[in-house]
Amino acid sequence: MQLHFNVKDENLIVRFTGELDHHTAQEIRNKIDNKYKNDMLKNIILDLKGINFMDSSGIGLIMGRYKTTRANDGSLVLINVNSRMEKILTMSGILKIVKVYRNEDEALHNI
Amino acid sequence: MLDNSMKLEFPSKSQNESFARVVVASFAAQLDPTIEELADVKTAVSEAVTNSIIHGYENSLGIVYIECEIKNNKLEIIIEDKGKGIENVNEAMEPLYTSKPELERSGMGFTVMETFMDHLEVYSEEGRGTKIKMVKEFKSVSIKE
Repeated sequence: MQLHFNVKDENLIVRFTGELDHHTAQEIRNKIDNKYKNDMLKNIILDLKGINFMDSSGIGLIMGRYKTTRANDGSLVLINVNSRMEKILTMSGILKIVKVYRNEDEALHNI
Repeated sequence: MLDNSMKLEFPSKSQNESFARVVVASFAAQLDPTIEELADVKTAVSEAVTNSIIHGYENSLGIVYIECEIKNNKLEIIIEDKGKGIENVNEAMEPLYTSKPELERSGMGFTVMETFMDHLEVYSEEGRGTKIKMVKEFKSVSIKE
């Protein structure tokens, strides 16, 4: 799993490449949280485009970042969610609280 | 279609979550599954193996056992550990229930297995371990002689 960060104003844009499971989730959440705190950012945009596998560990990771941003008066949004991701995200009920945008521009415009 | 079977065992290291789901998916490939069906199997296996590693064996090292059997267009998967077992299976199977919120577990593991597979059975005994039996029916199987 590879992570790529991009900062635009107070937004942290996170891109993944690879598989998101219990094994990779721990390292990913530590890296995201460190970047978010160190750069004193407000919102997180998770770009799911490069993820080719995700299980419920991914739901845990999204819920966790949702709480982190909320505690900081920010928001967490998802972009580039494919139908496979949507299946597991919908099942978990997380889409009732987390907003999904088509792409980065749409997310940055609405966040 | 000839019936077929396989067995796999590996130490409860989290690196093996990916290994296990890929092996089972490769075995299932002979049933000519759709990408969607294969992704369902991979996700369900990942959940069951992760449960064995995190909950069954917690921080100790044990062996996770997988057995797969193909009968007609059905794949039966058994995933077993000799770990600490589940005290209350019904409670553990409730959506969003987790005994480890500090690890950011979503509590959706069993719900994923139930939703993505056609059949799920959970046997567990405290101090003895947990055995998950799941069945996936491949509906798109082409008819072969």
